[in-house]
Amino acid sequence: MVKFTEKERSTIRAIWEKVNIDEVGPDALARVLIVYPWTERYFGTFGDIFTASAVLNNAKVVAHGKVVLKALDEAVKNMDNIKKTYAYLSRLHYEVFHVDPDNFRLLADCITIAIACKVKSALDPQVQATWKKFLSAVVDAMNSQYY
Amino acid sequence: MTTLTAKDKDAVRAFWAKVSGKSEDIGKQSLARMLAVYPQTKTYFSHWKDQSPDGAPARKHGITVMNGVADAVSKIDNLTAGLLDLSELHAFTLRVDPANFKILAHNMLVVMAIMFPIEFTPEVHVAMDKFLASLALALAEKYR
Repeated sequence: MVKFTEKERSTIRAIWEKVNIDEVGPDALARVLIVYPWTERYFGTFGDIFTASAVLNNAKVVAHGKVVLKALDEAVKNMDNIKKTYAYLSRLHYEVFHVDPDNFRLLADCITIAIACKVKSALDPQVQATWKKFLSAVVDAMNSQYY
Repeated sequence: MTTLTAKDKDAVRAFWAKVSGKSEDIGKQSLARMLAVYPQTKTYFSHWKDQSPDGAPARKHGITVMNGVADAVSKIDNLTAGLLDLSELHAFTLRVDPANFKILAHNMLVVMAIMFPIEFTPEVHVAMDKFLASLALALAEKYR
């Protein structure tokens, strides 16, 4: 089980406070679809997501980006129990959506980059390390029900 | 997966023209973050007296690495041929596990996002990601 120190918790919360879910969510998801186009396979109902400009103008991408980041809020609120908090989501992504779990790592990288664009130097190397520890726990939890 | 289209190359060259003035900063920060966020990478620098992310050896090395990236931009039309010497260095002398190229590349992208949030659009992001992946492949060319 991942343990966070008090300092790590406050660092993660401080960064999260600076994140506007309605902006960062859509940006992160758009980047996943544009930078790693094979992820398009999971969004068959989204219409045109086959070019960068289509992705950036797609209302369903925006809406879903917000959904994804709202779920991250649950992890921030339940840092001591991310695995249990995400057990349902993990099972869902495995059994219903059939998502290759390597994509969770790619999404985590894009979330970090989207946050970097927004908070800029507030994401210094130490903060980035702590944030990565948190996201790694989230990615682990998303992998946990794949068996 | 890592064939760079003409569009990719144009995007890389255009973005590099904008950011190359800050190349030393980008290099120093990328390396610092790699060492801080992925501590396993420090194993390659056990010969440094000071292994801290913002120490003098790390800063100097960040600049060295970024000079290599700048050189690669100028050789973007044939990275394999252009980076032959560097590939031999990494394969036979440094013997860096190529998985680490991905880690350093990610940190370069994070630094670019922080320093150039407006210019680092998703289109530039994918072009730079592809370029750094191609660079990594060229560096790993001589490994086996």
